[in-house]
Amino acid sequence: MQSAGVATDVEQDNPLIEGLERLPVRPTALVIFGATGDLAHRKLLPALYNLAHEGALPERFELVGVSRRDQEHDDFREMARESIERFSRRRPDPKVLNGLIDEMRYVPGAFDDDGVYEQIHKVLRDFDTQAGQELNHVFYLSTAPQFFPLIAGKLGAGGLNRERDAETRIVIEKPFGYDLASARALNAEVLDVFDESQVFRIDHYLGKETVQNLMALRFANALFEPVWNRNFIDYVQITAAEDIGIGGRAGYYEGAGALRDLVQNHMMQLLALLTMEPPTAFDADRVRDEKLKVLEAIVPPAVSEVPSMAVRAQYGPGTVGGKRVVGYHDEEGVAPDSRTETYAALRLHVSNWRWAGVPFYLRTGKQLARKITEIAVTLKPVPHLAFQSRGSVGVQANQIILTLQPDEGVSVSLGAKIPGAQMRIRPVNMEFRYGTSFMSESPEAYERLILDAMRGDATLFTRGDEIEALWGIIDPILTAWAEDTTTPIPQYAAGSAGPIEADALLERGEKWRRL
Amino acid sequence: MSEDLWSERDTNPDAIEAALREMLRERHAANQALAPARVLNLVVVVDRSWKGEIANRLERVGRYHASRTILCAVEDGRDTLDATAVMTYEDSASGGIGVMRETVEIDMGPEHLAGLETIVDPVIVSELPTVLWCPHGHDDAVCALRGITDVMLLDSDDPSDADEALAQAQDELSRAYVVDLAWLRTTPWRERLAASFDPPARRGSLAAIDGFTIRHQASSTASALLLAGWLASRLRWDTRPLVLANGAGLRGRAYTHTSRYIDIRLETADQEVPGLAGITVTAEGYALSLDRASGGLRAQETIPDHGEHTWLVLGASRGEGGILGEGVRQALLRDPTYGPALAVAREFMAHVG
Repeated sequence: MQSAGVATDVEQDNPLIEGLERLPVRPTALVIFGATGDLAHRKLLPALYNLAHEGALPERFELVGVSRRDQEHDDFREMARESIERFSRRRPDPKVLNGLIDEMRYVPGAFDDDGVYEQIHKVLRDFDTQAGQELNHVFYLSTAPQFFPLIAGKLGAGGLNRERDAETRIVIEKPFGYDLASARALNAEVLDVFDESQVFRIDHYLGKETVQNLMALRFANALFEPVWNRNFIDYVQITAAEDIGIGGRAGYYEGAGALRDLVQNHMMQLLALLTMEPPTAFDADRVRDEKLKVLEAIVPPAVSEVPSMAVRAQYGPGTVGGKRVVGYHDEEGVAPDSRTETYAALRLHVSNWRWAGVPFYLRTGKQLARKITEIAVTLKPVPHLAFQSRGSVGVQANQIILTLQPDEGVSVSLGAKIPGAQMRIRPVNMEFRYGTSFMSESPEAYERLILDAMRGDATLFTRGDEIEALWGIIDPILTAWAEDTTTPIPQYAAGSAGPIEADALLERGEKWRRL
Repeated sequence: MSEDLWSERDTNPDAIEAALREMLRERHAANQALAPARVLNLVVVVDRSWKGEIANRLERVGRYHASRTILCAVEDGRDTLDATAVMTYEDSASGGIGVMRETVEIDMGPEHLAGLETIVDPVIVSELPTVLWCPHGHDDAVCALRGITDVMLLDSDDPSDADEALAQAQDELSRAYVVDLAWLRTTPWRERLAASFDPPARRGSLAAIDGFTIRHQASSTASALLLAGWLASRLRWDTRPLVLANGAGLRGRAYTHTSRYIDIRLETADQEVPGLAGITVTAEGYALSLDRASGGLRAQETIPDHGEHTWLVLGASRGEGGILGEGVRQALLRDPTYGPALAVAREFMAHVG
């Protein structure tokens, strides 16, 4: 019997991957710089364990931790075990955990020490020899950002940037730059050593299922796309509210602020995915080309225009979840005269055919009334209303709400008749919740992104020109706020919905959605 | 987890459906953060004496629970319906939504099976796909529920006769989408074989494969045949029926389009758990063996002039509960390679069965 099927020429494609949910990842050695740091501890090592548990790691996988801490391989392995046991989303299987940990290596040393890179080189060669083949190399920079150019440069100087028959990639954590100039400089330094195709700038938000679902919602449903433009959409609000303060991160946060921490990356990525044109295919460059186009259509404000389109604020003392909390200035490690914003709100416009005239409002803050990340798309009201609104809240504009956290889902508000003799209308919700409609638990964003980086799929990573476009929009605001050292920073009570000053951004009498 | 319970003796489908609706309404009124799971219906038809065991298996599926499970327990001599409905829900302490799932157990007699659709149809959630699983046969139930079945869940490793099991799977495949647990037992092996031959340097070996041996637990011949059928169908080999090899499994050959032959061996292995124990693929001096090991699969590779390498491919065992859960999840997906693999597996058994 000649087998039926869809196999292709075995000389060209791998016919065995057809129908598989988990596509192969080439044999890889992953080198984590900053392997004893908080991100590795809480996210990266647990993510690697979960990939191992599911059999999703490459068939040959090696891990090298690099950090300044002077310790032995076994100390690192023990630390990794503790991280995984504490932070893994599932209870570790001891057999898999041992299998993962037993082969881990550790290279101690300062990131500017050439000897560190020589040692890494040697360890990687040993892996190749053991495997009888050259493994792909992924260098994951999970360090403080000031080390990014240094490590990239040293990898280049040590000949670790371009390898032989296998592939080499570098993953760079956020923040990628501090402003437009530093992002450009970092891009130049990294791209002096690596090709753009080797560079994976991570924004873990893009690895979240719901963020990816934004594209599915827009481009896999005929329902939404016809109304996804200025003719039907009145305005959009994107909210990323947190109900916690800065915790013990004053050192980082004082130098960053809400605008750099969340707006420049996560929220602007949401805006790009929400407004971009449909890509012709779901591959890295086509998706990123479309995102870049729409980001370039957002005209950065002049520094003088910033006060009318951006608001910053700091949280004062208040009550969150029934507990009294201190204000930002009283947080440990915060300067008493700090002007770092814990709240930022912006009004942006996308100057293209599709979105001309539609205001996009972005707000984020700490110590707000509740934790929620959502996109609220408000449609224009119906042109003529035949129903009376007396005796009811009346007909309200339809809203499409995309919730990213805490409960991932989509809801659409519709007007419906209140039961009774009269034709009275009130808004009702049609809801879709991930938790009720899919059986599988969403993987951690880092699991997806680490796997994509090992596979060489950059769709969910930020390209160099994209990151500069993102900073280009934010840079004038940073400049304006840095230059203004006298205007008092608005304050909002912890546990509230934010500063009243943010209302001034709303152009046409809109209201911020209740948190 | 908490649960609400309803039960009634000598009941009817309308009463069951009304009870489910009322339980949903009451629970939602008490806690608006609760929402019913709406993914799929799972209808299970079992012998009543094995109901407990099947219920235990369904408990162990991990997170892949159906939204509404309807367990029909058939008992000789019974002519009335007794039903229990349980609504299970998460106590949502974190302020997020909690998910409710419903399980209905209906005790019935054999004479109910011919009209089973009229009992089950009113009880399922109508807009969701419906999966049917009859682990104890009950062909009359399968026939009766054909009109409402979107996906047939079966296990070709269950019957002692692999040929008969595969024939039944092929028969069902012509009517509904089939999720075969025997096929799912081969998933990690298929993934690893695909990965092993994925690097460009290794890809050429696919065209040079000259033999493979699959080792399997005695009761998992169907899994072994499906894996062999998958390799043959993906690599477009011309296959011939296998023959019994003096009580030591099955042997045979397949041919490439250039008439080069591939030796095929299916051997039983001493293994407690169902499924495959190992596979060895050879290609002109190159050899790759994958064998079950603690924490994953032990891989051994022999490359001409490069010696031998051994390593562990990490991955946790899913266990039989995990495979059943995977079966429920797979009901929402579509695998285009099962049908061709099944067709070749049947061809392999043409002279044995």
